[in-house]
Amino acid sequence: MGFKEEIQSGNFVVTAEVGPPKGTDISEMKHHIKGLKGKVTALNVTDNQSAVMRICTLAVAKEIMDIGIEPIYQMTCRDRNRLGLQSDLLGAAIMGIKNVLALTGDHPVLGDHKDAKPVFDIESVQLLEVINGLNEGRDMAGLELQGATDLFAGAIVTPESNPLEPQFAKFEKKVSAGAKFFQTQAIYDMPKFMKFMERAKAHDVPILAGILLLKSAGMAKYLNKFVAGVSVPQELIDELTPFKGEDALKKGIEIAGRQIAELKEVCAGVHVMAIGAEDRVPDILAAAGL
Amino acid sequence: MIVAEPKSLDEIKAMVDAYDRVLMVGCGTCVEVCLTGGERAVNLTATALRLARKVDGRDIEVGEQTVIRQCDFEYLDEVRDADEYQAIVSLACGVGIQGIARKFPNTPVFPGVNTTFMGFNEEYGYYTEMCKGCGECILHLTGGVCPVARCAKSLLNGPCGGTNNGKCEIGGDKDCGWVLIYNKMEQLGTLDKFKEINQPKNYGKAGNIRSMDIRK
Repeated sequence: MGFKEEIQSGNFVVTAEVGPPKGTDISEMKHHIKGLKGKVTALNVTDNQSAVMRICTLAVAKEIMDIGIEPIYQMTCRDRNRLGLQSDLLGAAIMGIKNVLALTGDHPVLGDHKDAKPVFDIESVQLLEVINGLNEGRDMAGLELQGATDLFAGAIVTPESNPLEPQFAKFEKKVSAGAKFFQTQAIYDMPKFMKFMERAKAHDVPILAGILLLKSAGMAKYLNKFVAGVSVPQELIDELTPFKGEDALKKGIEIAGRQIAELKEVCAGVHVMAIGAEDRVPDILAAAGL
Repeated sequence: MIVAEPKSLDEIKAMVDAYDRVLMVGCGTCVEVCLTGGERAVNLTATALRLARKVDGRDIEVGEQTVIRQCDFEYLDEVRDADEYQAIVSLACGVGIQGIARKFPNTPVFPGVNTTFMGFNEEYGYYTEMCKGCGECILHLTGGVCPVARCAKSLLNGPCGGTNNGKCEIGGDKDCGWVLIYNKMEQLGTLDKFKEINQPKNYGKAGNIRSMDIRK
């Protein structure tokens, strides 16, 4: 069964993600992807993640498929206008890509080409509607396609966003716009997330909780300071503080495993973000008892 | 009103490096209010330019004039003796600078300011961008707060994941436009509208050599 079928039949799914490198040497990336084969239901491929220029998503999605994993093609609206987005979606479809994650994308000022002209011709909610249109055989101009797509579209939500209300309203818009699954930003505040899930239940859409591997106490503090919508509780920072290097990573893996075990009860799956430590994803899943 | 910021003296000096007689023309409307391009700004900039050139040992004559508006031939007719100068530096917005350039087609015209945005005077000396001139106003859908101008990504359907305690992900302590919109619509009791999906904008109206003819 593929990602769509697994998720729609209510099976617990595990996704991870791979960030394409900047440059043409993909040996390490391929090593990471190979290590995830058979361990994840599908693998996200990020789109110029954090507004940093890297290999294009479609090319890496092809590598993932060649290795034998189903990709989730992340598409942001930052770098392409409506023509570019739609033509890439058609390209994805003929390449055999089945899943798309519709994102707005980080602003270029956060990345490594700060002077770039941001596009944002459309945004995540509208992109979801565009994908629906392509699936129904028409483009944004209302013109008929010579062959429709059959893409399974998802979106993201930030349950720890502050304030939550506007974010929740946007989540509801994404559901109305046709998001068939959600992957969340990193979850650390369990009580807050449980409350979010309680409210989200009414929409009956599968939600994969985001697990971001903490590699050290320093990283946790960095996330709190610089990454919007992520708040690592002090208890976790304290738990990591005594450890350094590989020991800290092991502790982080233990924490991630514990979080997954806890979230397993309330979520349709988990989305594991290991950021450069993709080879340790199997360890995280083992720590979670999966 | 239109807001502009002064170009650096070094940049202006480099632009007019080849000339010894330059006319500096201010504009008495928008850019006068933000103290960038009115009579006083012309005087300060001209004086600084003269001093800088004196330091280089190459005196420059800088004429000073300010008209009510540079975006209208009616007022540009008031610019005097332009033919006595080798070049003109305009401290008007980009519209006015081009007005001067059209009025005096044989004289090189240089910009003395960077035109930045259409803004609101928040308090003395502090302006914020409020309108992008998109040509398709949707303020009735967003509680009177413009997402095109006040969201860094011009999003139309709510905040992105980068919104952080009411601030924008681009930093600089800028407010998240969508949190402002949400709060305003909550105050107005129109959150039901917030939940409606806004369709992609017609960006054809936002650009492409626009004009308007009210004679028709």
